[in-house]
Amino acid sequence: MMNIIVGFLTGVVASMGLGGGFVLMIWLTMFSDVGQKEAQGINLLFFLPIALVSLVLHIKGGLIDKSLLKKYLLGGVLGAVIGALAMQVVASELLRKLFAAFLIVFGIRELLTSDKKDEPQNEKGTTKPDIGT
Amino acid sequence: MQIIKTVMIMGFLKGLFCGALNGFFGSGGGVVAVPLFERDGCTAQQAHATSVAFIFVLSLVTTLFYWMNNGIDFAASWDYIPWGAAGAVTGALLLRKISSVWLHRIFGLLIIAAAVRMLMS
Repeated sequence: MMNIIVGFLTGVVASMGLGGGFVLMIWLTMFSDVGQKEAQGINLLFFLPIALVSLVLHIKGGLIDKSLLKKYLLGGVLGAVIGALAMQVVASELLRKLFAAFLIVFGIRELLTSDKKDEPQNEKGTTKPDIGT
Repeated sequence: MQIIKTVMIMGFLKGLFCGALNGFFGSGGGVVAVPLFERDGCTAQQAHATSVAFIFVLSLVTTLFYWMNNGIDFAASWDYIPWGAAGAVTGALLLRKISSVWLHRIFGLLIIAAAVRMLMS
């Protein structure tokens, strides 16, 4: 039963590009007793069909910026290989702590989200959350 | 020419950063890519949608490595996939309509709470 709720929630958040993987990761490692590395594998595999479904809809909606994608893709693929290899040599317990630290950084960023970010017409360079104003 | 070169190198480095994070943690590359995309001049909606495309490719590569080195629990993934797909359709349609600041803040709070518990355990 919980897999329905968690799966659905993860799908919603993931397809919006808001960090859906974190939902499933937290669920698996904290509540389902799955190890950090195993959870990462499960999450990656889960994401593939989910991303495909959302991509079809995003392409239909004309929301994919192809030129930007091209600029990032080469570095991204190389980075993915480096990251996947680095993960092999790190102990699962340390990886879990590092992941938690990563989550905290992300969580704080989310907390500080400003109204500006949600406007559809962002001008270049104005998307940094303006804290303290 | 110089400008084009610089843009290419910057894109490469930023891509590398997102890819490394996503490979290392098996998640999270997308949320790092979104603000980078936005700074490169696309709208918030485009940035979120493009990040899904970007991370899809990176995840393909990473999944392959994980699968070869550690193996992946296919059955465990499958428990979530059909429901996730239904959620993805919902989310993709929602993306064109809403993106509440409060949604971000609540999500941020939940994530921090989980991370703190993770650190303590």
